[in-house]
Amino acid sequence: MAQAKKTQVSMTVNGQPVEGLVEPRTLLIHFIRENLQLTGPHIGCETTHCGACTIDMNGMSVKSCTVFAVQAEGAEITTIEGIANPDGTLSALQEGFRMMHGLQCGFCTPGMITRAHRLLQENPNPTEDEIRFGIAGNLCRCTGYQNIVRAIQYAAAKLNGTEFKEAAE
Amino acid sequence: MNDMSLTREEREAKLEGMGCKRKRVEDIRFTQGKGNYVDDVKLPGMLHGDFVRSPHAHARVKSINSEKALKVPGVLAVITAETLKTVNLAWMPTLAGDVQMVLADGKVLFQNQEVAFVVATDRYAADDGVAAVEVEYEPLPVLVDPFKALDPDAPLLREDIKDKKDGAHGPRKHHNHIFEWTVGDRELTDAAFNKADVTIKEMISYHRTHPSPLETCQCVCSFDKVKSELTIWGTFQAPHVIRTVVSLIAKLPEQKIHVIAPDIGGGFGNKVGAYPGYICAAVASIVTGKPVKWVEDRIENLTATSFARDYHMTTEIAATKEGKVTGLRVHVLADHGAFDACADPSKWPAGFFNIVTGSYDFPVAYLAVDGIYTNKAPGGVAYRCSFRVTEAAYCIERAMDILAQKLDMDPAELRLKNFVKPEQFPYHSALGWEYDSGDYHTAMRKAMESVKYAELRQEQAAKREAFKRGETREIMGIGVSFFTEIVGAGPSKNCDILGIAMFDSCEIRLHPTGAGIARMGTKSQGQGHETTWAQIIATEIGIPADNIMVEEGNTDTAPYGLGTYGSRSTPVAGAAIAMAARKIKAKAQMIAAYKLEVHEDDLEWDIDGFRVKGLPEKFLGMKDISWIAYNSPPPGMEPGLEAVSYYDPPNMTYPFGAYICVMDIDVDTGVYKVRRFYALDDCGTRINPMIIEGQVHGGLTEAFAIAMGQEIHYDETGNVTTGSFMDFFVPTAVETPKWETDYTVTPSPHHPIGAKGVGESPNVGGVPCFSNAVNDAFSFLGSTHIQMPHDYWRNWKAARELGAVG
Repeated sequence: MAQAKKTQVSMTVNGQPVEGLVEPRTLLIHFIRENLQLTGPHIGCETTHCGACTIDMNGMSVKSCTVFAVQAEGAEITTIEGIANPDGTLSALQEGFRMMHGLQCGFCTPGMITRAHRLLQENPNPTEDEIRFGIAGNLCRCTGYQNIVRAIQYAAAKLNGTEFKEAAE
Repeated sequence: MNDMSLTREEREAKLEGMGCKRKRVEDIRFTQGKGNYVDDVKLPGMLHGDFVRSPHAHARVKSINSEKALKVPGVLAVITAETLKTVNLAWMPTLAGDVQMVLADGKVLFQNQEVAFVVATDRYAADDGVAAVEVEYEPLPVLVDPFKALDPDAPLLREDIKDKKDGAHGPRKHHNHIFEWTVGDRELTDAAFNKADVTIKEMISYHRTHPSPLETCQCVCSFDKVKSELTIWGTFQAPHVIRTVVSLIAKLPEQKIHVIAPDIGGGFGNKVGAYPGYICAAVASIVTGKPVKWVEDRIENLTATSFARDYHMTTEIAATKEGKVTGLRVHVLADHGAFDACADPSKWPAGFFNIVTGSYDFPVAYLAVDGIYTNKAPGGVAYRCSFRVTEAAYCIERAMDILAQKLDMDPAELRLKNFVKPEQFPYHSALGWEYDSGDYHTAMRKAMESVKYAELRQEQAAKREAFKRGETREIMGIGVSFFTEIVGAGPSKNCDILGIAMFDSCEIRLHPTGAGIARMGTKSQGQGHETTWAQIIATEIGIPADNIMVEEGNTDTAPYGLGTYGSRSTPVAGAAIAMAARKIKAKAQMIAAYKLEVHEDDLEWDIDGFRVKGLPEKFLGMKDISWIAYNSPPPGMEPGLEAVSYYDPPNMTYPFGAYICVMDIDVDTGVYKVRRFYALDDCGTRINPMIIEGQVHGGLTEAFAIAMGQEIHYDETGNVTTGSFMDFFVPTAVETPKWETDYTVTPSPHHPIGAKGVGESPNVGGVPCFSNAVNDAFSFLGSTHIQMPHDYWRNWKAARELGAVG
């Protein structure tokens, strides 16, 4: 219960080396939000259900609310803040979410886009069912997912250089 | 000068005004993780507060010992009811005229009730402190079943008011009774039932659920001792009301309270009320002199702050044998939990439940609602609906299906036969509302044609025969619902919150270059106000929406308004925007007349400026008028171009819609598949069709969740059994059906732009549609009504009870 001795952690976040002193019990999401001041990833449930805290860690989508910061020692991490194109313009996914109205309150959006980013690396040409299954770890209370699916299809088409056909209404 | 090389269409398109599928302004920051939500607010020296909560649903608090907690590193204070009593804040008023414990005062009345507030240097230390606080409880008998609340020997819950014979809404008839609210003519209704050819009666329950926005309730309170000023960043759907209420209960001058609602991660009614966390964080900041943050976790959110529904509606309809309805009689047992913390306009203890006659021309009706206390979390908020309107819509839409079944009529035909007719508007309902407008028949027929309703019924008949022959184990349900919402609270003559009239407001200021800012009394939680409000202004005064910045949520800068809930933003604030814009336009017209050297009446409005009638080349655009307004206004005219409007609507608005759902259920597993869901909405004038469709998708998804499994469930000892996202059903992209949207447009005759509001319609119409589909599927096996939520297990159970499973 008493605060434990702090541990030094270091990792790479959005291409930048970072380090900090944390308690062994410090959650990665708190390290990212509080120590690194990257408040894009959100906390929605603290039980790994909602996915608002999703980040990309060593090439996998990870819910950072149930990972200790010390477990990320040496990791390569990307958060929503690292998703935009290098020139600062919106990435295909970010643009897709805006064009297809894939967000409303914006609270799930950072986790959702970060997850979709990994999904499209794993499967550049997903079917609608594959998209729906692929984002099933991320809850959205506003959109009903339909436009999120279209946003990801939009991004996939743009990244593949193919024409995006809007799903029939 | 305005660019006259553009065609009229191009000029209009440039505005991105009403009717345009304008992409959202908000998305630029949200897609990059640059939103600014309450938990993102960090202040120097900020402390964290966390609650000790009751494990018991009903218990006496014998003692609270903070000694060990105060020794935990980082813990600075433990606040209890005794502490709060020194500032007279151990109890707080609710919006419904009741009082509620801020921290347990002698006893606890529901599981996870707030008992003590631990303040520490960070959230981990606060958690440690919570674990170290020792509370001794003496358990008391628990009351969970609302139907037992009024038994003579039912446990006494509210000792604080045990001798109070009158509540905020009239006499109390039992120690667990809150109010009885009656509307309509009882005698005439009884008479209609006495001579009816056909009657139905069913107890229709709408179970307890929760709005559960993805961002929980939270705040940061910062008290400046030098200036005696309190600043609160909070997840507030109604920041101005919060400021006024804080001023009244904390006895702080209102100008010294600054309430800021930054970006909000969904609200759905959860963020209307005032919660103990806000009071405790404010007191903790005053006591410690440091900013204090309180962030609810998910379990706390689901179990402590504001549930929704829990209405048990005994419903009767009288009708002729031809299927013409002649009377409606409803009794509601309303379970409010331990405190009546409904977020309804204060004079409406059951909200607008008297919209329960729905879309049908009932000559007479009578409604009685009994509000009662149980050992459950307090509340009764409007979860994505106008106040108790989704309960009312569920009640009447389920009952109409039951009547259709009894009459052996098609449920859509029965509805068409009883709809209020277009020529009857404005229509005075038997329970006291004046419906502003509607064309129900057109909407219903369009829906039926779109889904090929007749063919679906034929298919269903064939499938039922096949089922009886044992060729399939799947049953098919067709759910029909037709809802009339009542939104836009509201006329101040009948709607207020704690005496604060429910108007709303807009202030528009154009800058010299023809750009501007609009500030509002509303507060978006995802509805896209920054986008749509600018579209209204664009159409009204011809300034491109991109040049209008919309700002909400800061009580120092925004005009006073009642906030965003009950689909009131477009009906009330949307009207205020148009009215403020028209004031600007009127001044602009005077300026144009002077500059073009004509009489004002010789000018006509043309998209983005004024033109001299009959002289197309004599034109002055709004951009130029803005510059002139500041720098060379006509002699005697004040410089500047700004306006404010406070809009008190003359009536509510009445959006409506026709929904149809096709569902297949496997009787052996209870597994359902939503084959089709078609939603036709009529929200009057459509400001941004993209956002409307998005709202409908989201509302339908919430309706789907509620009807098919989402529930706050208590066991017999008052433990919440669905208190996390593990057990509380929030659909993922996999379960969520695909939505088909459609519309008709019947503008509101009294709203300046004819808009009615849409955000909550899909929840109101969606829940009965899903439930009717399930009930329709089972009806041929002999059932009349199966209670929600219709999850796999309950579907299987229903099939088993009806003998469909061996």
